[in-house]
Amino acid sequence: MKIAVCAKYVPEATAARRIDPETKRLDRSGEGALNQFDVNAVEEALKVKEADSGADASEVVIVSVGPERALEAMRRALAMGADRVVLVSDEAAAGSDLVATSRVLAAALEREGADLVLFGQQASDGDGAVLWAAVADRLQRPLISQVAELTLADGKVRGKRQTEYGYDVIEAPLPAVIAVSDAINEPRYPSLKGIMGAKKKPQETVSLADLGVPAEEAGEPGSRTTVEALGDPPARGDTVKIEDDGSAAEKIVDFLQERKAL
Amino acid sequence: MRPSDYPPSFSPAEFIAAPGEAEIEVGVLIVGAGPAGLACAIRLGQLLEGAPELAERLGDVPVAVLEKGKQPGSHLLSGAVVNPSSLRKLFDGRVKTSDFPFYGRVEHEAVYFLTPKRALRIPKPPTMRNHGNFVASLSQLGRWLAEQAEDAGATILPETTGHALLVGDGRVRGVRTGDRGRGKGGEELGNFEPGSDVHARVTVLAEGTQGHLTGIALDRFGLEGENPQVWALGVKEVWKVAKPLDRVIHTLGWPLRGGAKYREFGGSFIYPMGEDLVTVGMVVGLDYRDVELSVHDVLQELKTHKLVRKLLEGGERVAWGAKTIPEGGFLSLPTRLHAPGLLIVGDGAGLVNVPALKGIHYAVESGRLAAEAAFAALQRGESPGRRGALAGYDAALAQSFVWRDLKQVRNMRPAFGRGLLIGGAMAGAMTVTRGAVPPGNARTERDADHELIRTDRAKRYPAPDGKLTFDKLSSVFLSGNQTRDDAPNHLRVRDRVAPEVAELWKRMCPAAVYDVGEEAGDGDVHVAVTPSNCVQCGAITAKGGRLTPPEGGAGPEYKLT
Amino acid sequence: MKLLVLLEDHEGRLQKDSLGVLSKAASLGGEVEAVLLGSEVEGLAADAGKFGAQRVHVQDDVLLGSPLPQPRVDALETLVRDGGFDAVLFAASVLSADVAAGLAARLDAGLNYDLTDLAVEDGKLVGKRPALGDSVYVEVGWSSEPRLALVRSGTFEPKESGGSAEVEKFEARFQDFSLAATMVEQAHEESEGPSIEDADVIVAGGRGLGAPEGFAQVEELAKALGGAVAATRAVVDAGWYPYAAQVGQTGKTVSPKLYVAVGISGAIQHKVGMQSSGLIVAINKDPNAPIFEYADLGVVGDLNEIVPKLTELVRARKAA
Repeated sequence: MKIAVCAKYVPEATAARRIDPETKRLDRSGEGALNQFDVNAVEEALKVKEADSGADASEVVIVSVGPERALEAMRRALAMGADRVVLVSDEAAAGSDLVATSRVLAAALEREGADLVLFGQQASDGDGAVLWAAVADRLQRPLISQVAELTLADGKVRGKRQTEYGYDVIEAPLPAVIAVSDAINEPRYPSLKGIMGAKKKPQETVSLADLGVPAEEAGEPGSRTTVEALGDPPARGDTVKIEDDGSAAEKIVDFLQERKAL
Repeated sequence: MRPSDYPPSFSPAEFIAAPGEAEIEVGVLIVGAGPAGLACAIRLGQLLEGAPELAERLGDVPVAVLEKGKQPGSHLLSGAVVNPSSLRKLFDGRVKTSDFPFYGRVEHEAVYFLTPKRALRIPKPPTMRNHGNFVASLSQLGRWLAEQAEDAGATILPETTGHALLVGDGRVRGVRTGDRGRGKGGEELGNFEPGSDVHARVTVLAEGTQGHLTGIALDRFGLEGENPQVWALGVKEVWKVAKPLDRVIHTLGWPLRGGAKYREFGGSFIYPMGEDLVTVGMVVGLDYRDVELSVHDVLQELKTHKLVRKLLEGGERVAWGAKTIPEGGFLSLPTRLHAPGLLIVGDGAGLVNVPALKGIHYAVESGRLAAEAAFAALQRGESPGRRGALAGYDAALAQSFVWRDLKQVRNMRPAFGRGLLIGGAMAGAMTVTRGAVPPGNARTERDADHELIRTDRAKRYPAPDGKLTFDKLSSVFLSGNQTRDDAPNHLRVRDRVAPEVAELWKRMCPAAVYDVGEEAGDGDVHVAVTPSNCVQCGAITAKGGRLTPPEGGAGPEYKLT
Repeated sequence: MKLLVLLEDHEGRLQKDSLGVLSKAASLGGEVEAVLLGSEVEGLAADAGKFGAQRVHVQDDVLLGSPLPQPRVDALETLVRDGGFDAVLFAASVLSADVAAGLAARLDAGLNYDLTDLAVEDGKLVGKRPALGDSVYVEVGWSSEPRLALVRSGTFEPKESGGSAEVEKFEARFQDFSLAATMVEQAHEESEGPSIEDADVIVAGGRGLGAPEGFAQVEELAKALGGAVAATRAVVDAGWYPYAAQVGQTGKTVSPKLYVAVGISGAIQHKVGMQSSGLIVAINKDPNAPIFEYADLGVVGDLNEIVPKLTELVRARKAA
């Protein structure tokens, strides 16, 4: 069974993130790392691979769209046990929104022909939420998202989906697209052998042309949304500070009612 | 009362293990991807290029470098003004100086003596001449050196700690790496990953200040010198600034107190990093005595001085970090820096020139020399585990400028233990006579052995305003520290101590790890510890406790320090 | 401008957030229509008129009986292609987010998500959304029609504008792959309170509580407010409350409408986990606690006196 994990290369630690005032997009020029939520997806893929005792050995492929240096970040997945990385690295793909990114990713996934496609819950850089649904539509595959528990049996996948109302149990035949929540597992630490072996595993870089995606269908020309301006968040307003003289509880309730929070 | 009255529960024997089966075998194992370790890896790569047979004999991984941080550079912090000579020597013309990741040549320098209101320009001490040197971020330099090391064929293994030394038949056989995925009580969590035994023909300890395995090795092989090592704590910030700074600045005096009883030896540095960044840091010897001294807060106080405030006006703090610096110099060096199968390099060995504030180029040179000694022993086909096989390293070091420089300034730091005025005068004498006066060698005392005093120093610390001055917790956040909350406690301190000692640690720690806990009876208190704040600076080891490495990948993620 | 709003239903009622988005759409002027997809939901359609829909399209089909996204994409595609809508608006939920993104791919239409405001400029829809942990706001637009907009949950309150809607049934066909995923077991409203990630109200306790027993009053207040209980790293470390309730840099990130911080100093490690809360009320006896810098209402006082009284008053006012 072939399992593809869609992984994103995101700018590093929260403290250092900035928006580039010129492009008005997240400044991605600095160091980056494998999106922490995608690590859950990698772990789940490895679990599926390990549980699969079928005749053919399963393969876990990491698929990503990003700059060349994303390869280094994807190595973490290889160190954990993934088999291969395919990176779509093409300048024409930079600045892609949901519509454009899903198109490029779907093309890369078609090329791989995976039985199971996994996504992580969201991207820590705030972009790309619900990318999986767009990709599932392009691939014309059933989708289960927000999965907190995954089981496979008899060519079918069953996911426990976490919603506002509790857990649904949804079943779909393979091939399918699954988006996992970070509650699904505790990712493994790569072993030392794994870290040492990561560099030797196949890491392929492909261009849009290799995927048959014309440049106009990616990047800015392929996107359908724009960023117009940056601004400050609506001011929280000054803190109303009071000292309790015995009436604080009443004042709090009044405040809440005033702001329609009760 | 002294912090050393409350020693922690720690025994070096805990961190020695018998070799057993090799899980992983490498040729040369280097612990620490800092300037010393990476210089060693790079030099080895160069030498192995010309010795393909030996390279093959060393197996799939001829050179491996363990790094406990998330990546090389994550735990590196320094001023820094770097003397490029060692790097030039290391790369032997293959890399131009303009390719080194430096911020700029030092063009102007100034030294000031500060009082609360004034900044008096004083002549540069002769030990502080930085012409021809460059300002750098050690974290960035480390990252760059790691790339060069990988290009030279080294395998870098991040998020991996050197937990225990593998010793068999009196020789070092390699290192056992640390476990990952243990819970607070030491229990194995769902994703527990045990450490591995890595066997190597030569192990090079390049762990930097307070090196964990270095301390273990010095004890195991009886290498400690007569004089105990002493340390200073440096806390620094990087600021994005509105107007560029045109000079390298050092200050003495305020906010530190010059009286001999305080033992507040140190000063500040303010360096330009290119056009739009400035780094400002405070360095104070850990032999200080006042319970209420907090180097982090003294740094905040320093920034309120009009000299510094002006430089930071309109700017924004973008980085923060802390690390100790070994200050014993020549007098505190181990008796030798090699043992069967083992070499010790860099800050871990104590190769720092305190009066000149230089250590990076010595680290690089020591790494280079260690590589040559290891290569020579391996090439001869002899076992580096044989006694004396690696003695060439010590011999080469003794012939090098590293030795010559350190010897010359060997008495300077202890002189300052007698206060700024006497110290200053003695330092002048030492420089002029190139270390001949005063004759002989001074002695050092352990930082934790000094009697504590209490003044009301804390009253003067500025309340953090979130714009110019900052509290410790937001600083820890800025360091990128995301250590797991439920990880085991990696800090060894006595649980019940006198309240003064608990308060000493609370103020000392730049990351707010320690706090005065509940009363423990008999006037003692418990020490409350929040190990997940720890940025692994090492101050606690100097002042009565012991830092051991937490799991790999934990700690700060420095980028600009 | 012609807008279409997806209405969700749950256990026989129209979902509040969708009605909020519908009310907002109505306030923007132009033609506003709604769409309701489900099984045996036709009866709910008329209500949409009260909140500003001029027409409600309904597909009532047993195949839409489960809250699965892909058949809804098929239904919306049919409606949108034929209907000439300039924009399609969604109130974010687990279901609608998947529907909106699937529709974006299907129609090659731009989707802006996590929007906290909508407006009309030059006759076109524009939106605003937070970025970088709510520290910066971004104005977003679209470069083609229809414009798909996913609005952050809880942004708009439903407002009745009085009116009635024409109900129009339609029948879209479903693609085979859309029907491949099936519901084996559907979730029911949990009898316990909401999880902290979904809660509209959170009451969080910190070291100021003094002892683990202090959480009893936090739980009482949370119950009275109909919310969930959260805790800071310090108290979770001390074993006073389970890690699942931890909010902060190394815990969960939450954005409820109301966050009541009891005995919490509010250092940045905690702040980053809750700073996008709608309203922040802090009770702490230390007037210099950092939390007072970003709380909307800061109360300096003894929480042991204030919290029980507050709980009683909340119960009383809610009953009234």
